[in-house]
Amino acid sequence: MSEVKFSKEHEWIKLEGEVAIVGITKHATEMLGDIVFVELPEKGSSIEKDGTAGVVESTKAASDVYTPVSGEIIDTNQTIVDDPAKINEDPEGAAWFFKMKMKDSSEMDSLMNKEEYDKFAKESSS
Amino acid sequence: MNIKETSLINLHKSQGAKLVEFAGYNMPIQYSEGILKEHKFTRSNCGVFDVSHMGQLFIYGEDSLTKDLEKIFPIDLQNLKKNQSKYSFLMNENGGIYDDLIITKINKGYLVILNAACKNNDYKIIKEKLNDNYKLELKKDLSLIALQGPDANNILGKILPDIKNLRFMHGGEFKFDNFNIYITRSGYTGEDGFEVSIPNEIAENFTKVLLDNGSKLIGLGARDTLRLEAGLCLYGNDIDIDTTPIEANLKWAISKKRIDDQYPGSEIIKKQIELGVKKLRVGIKPDSKVIARANTKIFNEENKEIGKITSGTFGPSVEHPISMGYVDSNYSSIDTKIFLEIRGKKVSANICKLPFYQKNYVKEV
Repeated sequence: MSEVKFSKEHEWIKLEGEVAIVGITKHATEMLGDIVFVELPEKGSSIEKDGTAGVVESTKAASDVYTPVSGEIIDTNQTIVDDPAKINEDPEGAAWFFKMKMKDSSEMDSLMNKEEYDKFAKESSS
Repeated sequence: MNIKETSLINLHKSQGAKLVEFAGYNMPIQYSEGILKEHKFTRSNCGVFDVSHMGQLFIYGEDSLTKDLEKIFPIDLQNLKKNQSKYSFLMNENGGIYDDLIITKINKGYLVILNAACKNNDYKIIKEKLNDNYKLELKKDLSLIALQGPDANNILGKILPDIKNLRFMHGGEFKFDNFNIYITRSGYTGEDGFEVSIPNEIAENFTKVLLDNGSKLIGLGARDTLRLEAGLCLYGNDIDIDTTPIEANLKWAISKKRIDDQYPGSEIIKKQIELGVKKLRVGIKPDSKVIARANTKIFNEENKEIGKITSGTFGPSVEHPISMGYVDSNYSSIDTKIFLEIRGKKVSANICKLPFYQKNYVKEV
């Protein structure tokens, strides 16, 4: 299994061959609270690194979701659209947001590993 | 400015509260279970809310006080019975709302419950209008604890059996730990429940007894989703100094007997009742699951802007996004199709009746 990387916008990204799977981190869901709505990017759309790729809304507020890398959206997770509460239940597993075909795999290098992200998350929430 | 704390601060922390600054107070937005569960627990069991940040203004005086207060508030205080409560407003000369409030006739005077963010300004305005003729006390030594939900009556009844005789919007004096407390059957969730005015020194102990009897602490986050489902206004969002009670669709709270009398804004209120208003507060439901929050622009089918959302969230009990807002009154009838501009896209929605959630008040006992 490949290494999971993390962005400063609290997304996680995992590579499976040429396909990157993206979701939001457990820390992000804890900050957001109960998620009640999610909007995902359109299949086939191309989004640049750090571009907007959807929205999550909790009972409290709306937050944009960004792509940590550039690429084409090849699949989206409809089960979280139908039941957004699944994102709170398993954010870093079953509740992935979208899969994308990466344009430039070197973009992964600029992202944080788990240890770096945990430290970043701890500092940014204190 | 120093952030104030209520007498329940330690209890909040022990229950895993996420604290945020609200109207100058460090208040729990939610506890460890989160807004959805807290909301549903209140609808099915009994939630306890610390609303001690709200103002408790006691006004004492002789018979002339009633007449002098009628010059300030648009309600029939002469026919208000002792221990009866009414919803009312403090308004400016244009009928704009300084605050919405609950006024209760008590022994030798009145108790007025004010919004936290408005209470100091309200106090100044009311004191000035009464020309210092009466004793006014904006209490700092009292907490305010609300119990809301279908089990509220049983839980509070275990401690104070006589509570069951209170009707909705009526209050009474009770004793807890030999201290005097004042309780009204009222609230801000659409559920049956009580609001307890209690000395700070026993507030934590009293709340612990409520928790031991099966209730749970509920934060301001769920308080907001509960009140919005119940179609109740949040001051600062749904009503403010630029809206009148008539525009806010709260005409029912202006006593019919007082329409021809003089009070701040009375001329405009009378005119608006007779001739109607240009904008009106309505309930709004998007057709899809998207949430329209405050400041979302509202359009008609011809793409003309006709209003603005003032509150919006996901309604956990109605299981759908819900909003309130103001629209051009030509578009205010139920089932009118409207469009909401959310993140650059226009999404369809309908004007719908308020409340979103049927209220469960106890009018007879």
